[in-house]
Amino acid sequence: MQQLTLETLIAVFEEIFGAALFWTMVAVAAIITVLYVYVLIRDRSVSWRKFLWAQLSMPFGAVAAVLFVQKMTNSSLNDIGGPIDVFVLLGVAVAGAIGLAILVYTAESLIWPKREEEF
Amino acid sequence: MQTSRRQFFGLAAGAAALIGAQTAPARAEKVKTKARIVILGAGAAGTALANRLDERLDGAEVTLIDGRKEHLYQPGFTLIASGLKPAGYSVTRTTDWLPASATLIPEYAAEIDPVGKKVTTAGGATVDYDYLIVALGIKLDWDAIEGFSLDLVGKDGIGAVYAGADYAAKTWAAMDRFTDEGGEGLFYRPATEMKCAGAPLKYTFITDDCARKKDTRGKVNITYAAHSKSFFGVPIVNEKVRMLFEDRGFETTFDHVLKAIDPGRKLATFSTPEGEKELPYDFTNVIPPQVAPDVIRNSDLPWQDGNWASQGWVEVDKGNLRHVRYPEIFALGDIAGVPKGKTAASVKWQVPVVEDHLIAAIEGKEGTAVYNGYTSCPLITRIGRAMLIEFDYNNNLTPSFPGIVAPLEELWISWLMKEVALKATYNAMLRGKA
Repeated sequence: MQQLTLETLIAVFEEIFGAALFWTMVAVAAIITVLYVYVLIRDRSVSWRKFLWAQLSMPFGAVAAVLFVQKMTNSSLNDIGGPIDVFVLLGVAVAGAIGLAILVYTAESLIWPKREEEF
Repeated sequence: MQTSRRQFFGLAAGAAALIGAQTAPARAEKVKTKARIVILGAGAAGTALANRLDERLDGAEVTLIDGRKEHLYQPGFTLIASGLKPAGYSVTRTTDWLPASATLIPEYAAEIDPVGKKVTTAGGATVDYDYLIVALGIKLDWDAIEGFSLDLVGKDGIGAVYAGADYAAKTWAAMDRFTDEGGEGLFYRPATEMKCAGAPLKYTFITDDCARKKDTRGKVNITYAAHSKSFFGVPIVNEKVRMLFEDRGFETTFDHVLKAIDPGRKLATFSTPEGEKELPYDFTNVIPPQVAPDVIRNSDLPWQDGNWASQGWVEVDKGNLRHVRYPEIFALGDIAGVPKGKTAASVKWQVPVVEDHLIAAIEGKEGTAVYNGYTSCPLITRIGRAMLIEFDYNNNLTPSFPGIVAPLEELWISWLMKEVALKATYNAMLRGKA
């Protein structure tokens, strides 16, 4: 590749997921992020109890992200052929884990605002 | 809390600045000109150049001449023929991609007069030019294969991935049946120059993989009949392909050039140094000789002697793609008579070179950009893995991501690039953006 611009990168993701699904996912991710920032500012502190649940959800997010990407790209774990593939796979898993953790934390905070926090 | 919030906003501002910088690259001022530029062919090369010229020139009269209504994303044919994408995956309209500033004459060119500097269209119109860009692509010479006709594709084990998006889909139907039922799979390539010399190899690998995934590989025999003494023109890649073919259990033979097929008896006839030989098939991917379109072969533009003269490739300097005898003519893409580079990836590297020399000529200067023969071939070795092979005129590997994406390893990331990133990059190239 001669140059990688944001425009090309967006086009790549549209190609992977289809334009409709990609922009829906972007919208959902943006909404969750905004809500996450909202609850952080509203609560003025991180709730460690909620954070625990968010952490427990992370492995599920990681596995789900990997399965999703493999499904969309007609590939499987058997196709991992070298170190770079492992890094890409881990990157997808980490993104899925963090994404789901933020989702879980935000959902908890919105549903049960300011519950008793202390252990 | 306050610190972290400040950090957050700082980060956000930084990211925004970065994105802003990427999306708004500095553009040189447009060159004012009244030059009449005619581009023959509105495929990948012609379209990409038209969009680049739209950004670089002010007042130029850019005319494209092409009778084909559909734009074909040809790298997608392999994926269609693998059952992963529908035929529509590769087909858009030619007019979807052209800049508003350019005029499209929706007719084929019939005659080129490089001395009088004019092109005559099939409809009889005459178009004068100051600069001519020949980007007419390749002619698939199906008639050169005795016994073959395109109506046969999809039936009786006959495939033809190159023939077009619909034919690629029909090829998948035939290959799908073959890998259910088993038998002899026969693969080869023509002895002429050809577009994407990796594609015949890819489809051999994919057929093998398809049978393995269906658990029918035991009743499938695969033969690759090479046209010369090697599978691939770049020696280091050839050696890797040889190893992979051995690993996959393919039978191989050399110096076989397809001459005829007999669909009734399911036999393919090859010319070999020892005379004609017949090989049986239950499935075969027919690839015909590839030559320059008739309008070029009937003109004074091709090389004057050697193989390239008979095949009709345009006689250009391999570094700047400028015609050796007519300096106001350039050739781009498959039609260019250069040692390598009949792929969309080559087009991507060639377009900026022609753009540079063309605009320099308009300004009365000499261009400086050089095309080094760059070609890229994401050589699929099974569904889910590929080797990202990139090389130049000198058969040097020229990896885009050295030390990260190894060119001769079968990798998932290279598959991802082929399956998902390539079309997006190609589309960006068409729009003159990459």
